[in-house]
Amino acid sequence: MPPARSWRAYPQTYRLEAARCSKCGKAFFPPRLVCNKCNGRQFEHFEMKHTGKVVTHTIIRTPSDEFSGQAPFALGIIQMDDGPRLTSQIVDLPFEELRIGMPVRLEFRRISSEGEAGAIHYGHKAVPVRI
Amino acid sequence: MRDVAVIGVGMQKWGELWEKSTRDIFVESALLAMDDAGVDSLDAMYIGSMSPGLFTSQEHLGSVMADYLGQKSIPSTRVESACASGGVAFRMAFMEVASGMHDIVLAGGVEKMTDVGGGDATHALATAADMQWEGVQGVTFPGLYAMMAVAHMDKYGTTREQLAAVAVKNHHNGTMNPRAQFRMEITVEGVINSTKVADPLNILDCSPITDGAAAVILVPADMVKKFKKPGVKVIGSGHATDTIALHDREDLTTLSAVTEAAEQAYKMSGKDTKDIDLAEVHDCFTIAEIIVSESLGLFERGKGGPAAEVGETSLKGRIPINASGGLKSKGHPVGATGVAQIVELTEQLRGEAGDRQVSSARVGLAQNMGGSGGSSVVHILEVM
Repeated sequence: MPPARSWRAYPQTYRLEAARCSKCGKAFFPPRLVCNKCNGRQFEHFEMKHTGKVVTHTIIRTPSDEFSGQAPFALGIIQMDDGPRLTSQIVDLPFEELRIGMPVRLEFRRISSEGEAGAIHYGHKAVPVRI
Repeated sequence: MRDVAVIGVGMQKWGELWEKSTRDIFVESALLAMDDAGVDSLDAMYIGSMSPGLFTSQEHLGSVMADYLGQKSIPSTRVESACASGGVAFRMAFMEVASGMHDIVLAGGVEKMTDVGGGDATHALATAADMQWEGVQGVTFPGLYAMMAVAHMDKYGTTREQLAAVAVKNHHNGTMNPRAQFRMEITVEGVINSTKVADPLNILDCSPITDGAAAVILVPADMVKKFKKPGVKVIGSGHATDTIALHDREDLTTLSAVTEAAEQAYKMSGKDTKDIDLAEVHDCFTIAEIIVSESLGLFERGKGGPAAEVGETSLKGRIPINASGGLKSKGHPVGATGVAQIVELTEQLRGEAGDRQVSSARVGLAQNMGGSGGSSVVHILEVM
């Protein structure tokens, strides 16, 4: 990934920065310039809480080349407690324990390393919250 | 708006066509369509192609294809809407003829996918998703549809066997289509025991990597008698979009772009779901055919799986779906798929479909889809 492209995403990648529409309250991750619910253009930026739950999931067994060393790995859509949804790998649990509705927490992890000399790419992965 | 008809169709056999270039593949099918219509010059053309740049390092197909088709100087445009590129190219051609701008317009589609390896092909296809917020986590296209399948199974009780029934039916239909890539029967057990790709989807739930093209010729309906074959009228056209990221959709068990495009097409045509005699739908994965059949209104929500399992969508069923073999058996050269659906409907409505002919077919529906449903196109055709 070109350096400027990963740099632009730092606020989201490293701080989970989201934006809430000042008019209707809908929250977006990543932030947008126009609200897709009310067309509002004013937003308040905030850092999302790291907690949410699994909406759906899969296990990727045939990955793209970039992730070929990691397969198989679990992946899911996470409903964040602050409102937005996002796609995340789900780690630190046996595949058979994956469940819709399971509570998770996003933790800062290594996502991929790009080629032999390329930069290591960090981001968030979901881990189960043991109650 | 003028009424518009399809007057010629062309499609060569699909598969791994190592001996042929993108332009060879396209020109062969385009010439078949022009010969079928009996025309040797075009007023304009549109070419659906998702990513000739990533697959073959060649952009600017508008110029390439007009040049190599012997039509240099006509307006010629490449159209991109991921896997819906072909369907959107057909809609552009339809609108151009309907508007009165031109009389003889070719809509084609092409994708040459086997010049790159499997990993590069997976990457090229993944660019139809939200690369920054889905792709970065390692999501693949089978992975996105697998997540829809898990949600659909959870909400409606759709079963692994029902998913497999879609692939078994489409492969059976494909054995009767001489242009299909994989003309062999498969079994439910075979699908369930095939190599895992993204749980619960296996390799036999997935459409293949394919080289191929398709083309059709559109003219004003009142000009049809000047041509040698019967015309098929385009009575409805719809096109809609949805969020690019699957995770931004409130309901993962339906495809709202499909429903909206279908509503536009039903309204324009004056037809209802009960008037549809056969449908060609975008079965890029088995779960896609089930969700699409529900989103089109052909079945109630949650009933698409059981309908496939009991044969309601088979050739002799209540509403035959993918008589051509679908993307699953016929192949899925992404930019060509939407145009190939129109080829199949035209041949069915002309009664030229051979062993896979749907009896007394008068009205057909084609549904083509981009990415995980971020765009969709629906067309309805009727015999004249």
